[in-house]
Amino acid sequence: MHKNIKTIIWLCVAILGATAISAIALNRGESISAMWFIAAAACVYAIAYRFYAAWIAATVLTIDETRATPAERLDNGRDFVPTNKWVVFGHHFAAIAGPGPLVGPTLAAQFGYLPGTLWILIGAVLGGAVQDMVTLFFSTRRNARSLGQMARDEIGPIGGAAALIGTFLIMIILIAVLGLVVVNAMKHSPWATSTVAATIPIAMIVGFYMRNFRPGRVLEASTLGVILLLLAVVGGGWIDHNESLRGLFDHEGLTLAWVIIAYGFAAAVMPVWLLLAPRDYLSTFVKLGTVTLLAVAIIILQPHIHMPAVTQFVDGTGPIFGGKLFPFVFITIACGAISGFHALIASGTTPKLLANERDIRMIGYGAMLLESFVAIMAMIAATVLEPGVFFAVNSPAGVVGKEAVDAIAKINSWGFAVTVEQMNQLAKDMGESTLFARTGGAPSLAVGMASIFGNAFGKSMLALWYHFAIMFEAIFILTTLDAGTRVGRFMLQDMLGNIWPKIGQTSWMPSVIFTSGLVVAGWGYFLYIGVIDPNGGVNILWPLFGIANQMLAAIALCVATGILVKSGKLKYAWITGLPLVWLVIVTSTAAWQKIFSEDIRVGFFAAANDLATKLAAGVLPPEKAAVAPHLIFNQQLDAYLTMFFVVVLWIVIVDTSRVIVRYLAGKPLLPLTEVAHEPSRLVEDWVRD
Amino acid sequence: MLKKIIHLWHILRQLTGDDAYDVYLKHHAEFHESTVDAPPVLSRKEFFKLWQDKKWKGIKRCC
Repeated sequence: MHKNIKTIIWLCVAILGATAISAIALNRGESISAMWFIAAAACVYAIAYRFYAAWIAATVLTIDETRATPAERLDNGRDFVPTNKWVVFGHHFAAIAGPGPLVGPTLAAQFGYLPGTLWILIGAVLGGAVQDMVTLFFSTRRNARSLGQMARDEIGPIGGAAALIGTFLIMIILIAVLGLVVVNAMKHSPWATSTVAATIPIAMIVGFYMRNFRPGRVLEASTLGVILLLLAVVGGGWIDHNESLRGLFDHEGLTLAWVIIAYGFAAAVMPVWLLLAPRDYLSTFVKLGTVTLLAVAIIILQPHIHMPAVTQFVDGTGPIFGGKLFPFVFITIACGAISGFHALIASGTTPKLLANERDIRMIGYGAMLLESFVAIMAMIAATVLEPGVFFAVNSPAGVVGKEAVDAIAKINSWGFAVTVEQMNQLAKDMGESTLFARTGGAPSLAVGMASIFGNAFGKSMLALWYHFAIMFEAIFILTTLDAGTRVGRFMLQDMLGNIWPKIGQTSWMPSVIFTSGLVVAGWGYFLYIGVIDPNGGVNILWPLFGIANQMLAAIALCVATGILVKSGKLKYAWITGLPLVWLVIVTSTAAWQKIFSEDIRVGFFAAANDLATKLAAGVLPPEKAAVAPHLIFNQQLDAYLTMFFVVVLWIVIVDTSRVIVRYLAGKPLLPLTEVAHEPSRLVEDWVRD
Repeated sequence: MLKKIIHLWHILRQLTGDDAYDVYLKHHAEFHESTVDAPPVLSRKEFFKLWQDKKWKGIKRCC
């Protein structure tokens, strides 16, 4: 009887999920309730978690509750500590969930809400969550070794080197594109700029508080910091209305880019306790709070989605970025469905806290489902806007024209209704001078969030909500920027240390300054080019980041598939093998098109050649001709970078295939590096509390 | 109810690392107190410095 009730409940979940997905997919009306998205996501996640993830844990990985984890065996009270599963879940989620799942879906909404939403759901349950869980499991069985080390130990030195170089390059591109998102959100917005600027001294105050004033009192210090942040949002509005002060914070994109570059360098050489660590506490609190608030607001308000299910831009002519639905929707969504970066957290960092192997499903698979849900909410926030407004905010001036009238005419010609007055009123409501061509996803997401929050909690404070949303995005983008620059510096010091050992000393100041400078110069270059690019830069950098991130995911899946086969689980190797094949198809196709496409909005070489021809013919306006040589060089550089990514990926694939073929032929290979079984001595109650 | 709130409070403290020093003291008492060559107990300030610096080595945040 009991079993029957369970079956009936799961059957109901399945039927509700199927109904919700059909409602989303088949809707051709004016609008559709966002609740269908929430219902579809909740049902898909519940079924995947209960059945697929449980099956993988029990049958494929054969998780062993009686086996001691590295946290128990190597417990040192510092980095290896058996920890309550909810606490580990919190740490893991805070580490994997960055700005990626917010920006990606917002940009991908140019194809309509349907393609992105489907990929966020399918990609997460069959790809991303599996990758995270399997990597967490393999690392746990290998004394919490990192992805790079596992690749070296199990596949060979080539795989290890590929993972290392891949990570470093992604970091550079990621920081550049995130920097660009922040610059575009602050451009000529004294309110946003002053609020974001205020987060720096606030972080320092918090840092001093928990380091010197009341050492270790993290919660007190963070509470103080969050209150100050909220005051900074209000204070920004006051500065915006103050004629003498607003000029101090009203800047061009290029000026702001230089400020961000200088800031990034300073943050990388400063001690962590002063800026990075306290900022991270604040950004984690604000992030979790805002995401929860957004979920509550969506459920209370049940907003309607106005974007069509599929737009005409699936043919590759979209204004936000060029390229057809396949493969670019997959490249653009990136983190919300599958992110190679997560494999770096799931190996090395999280396993050191894991008290018992049975928590692997909840932490590895569950945290990724939650991140995917954040991506769904970002998709909702982007598509509740009238499509005309969405395109007016997100289309670069280089595509729709600099003047408001031109932009509106162009957007109307695509069949999306919007007027100049409507945009002006919206900008006024949000406390901004203009909302035209605010590319990068952050402003349109903030407008969407502000209208959801405004409708749910009071409309009078739209401008406040808008700038709160901008602050929310900026604070953890800057955390990623600081943390990324620092990680890049460590990696560079490690690599260069092989050539000149002295430079490998992480505390030797000349080396710190030199390597931090190199890393900052790396992303600073791409940020600079992005800012001077009349097409907004995001259209170039985001696909590049997406390709790199999906390539890293493919490398992680290669390692996982290799280990599964070597463990004698060939018949189950498809759980990572299928997503791997799909990612290889997607990244290789996208890279091929970015390199060889004749379409100047897709192909890097085509764009470079087109610009070179126009420059030679003298048909470019003078301000464009001045930056053209930079842009041409950059497009060529991007093409070679893409080529490099694909070559690295294919080298790892060939290397993994070699390992698999040798295994099947019964030839000798690198042995499995799984640590021998040791029974767990932890008593249930002891661990849980 | 009160028990649940206290439990949640403990989880929040663990999540943020607010209780890291208490955990360290407990670990120290359990593993090192009885041994002859036990390392000296760190002060709250010294411990927090080490803990924080260690926490930020390696990849801690992604996209």
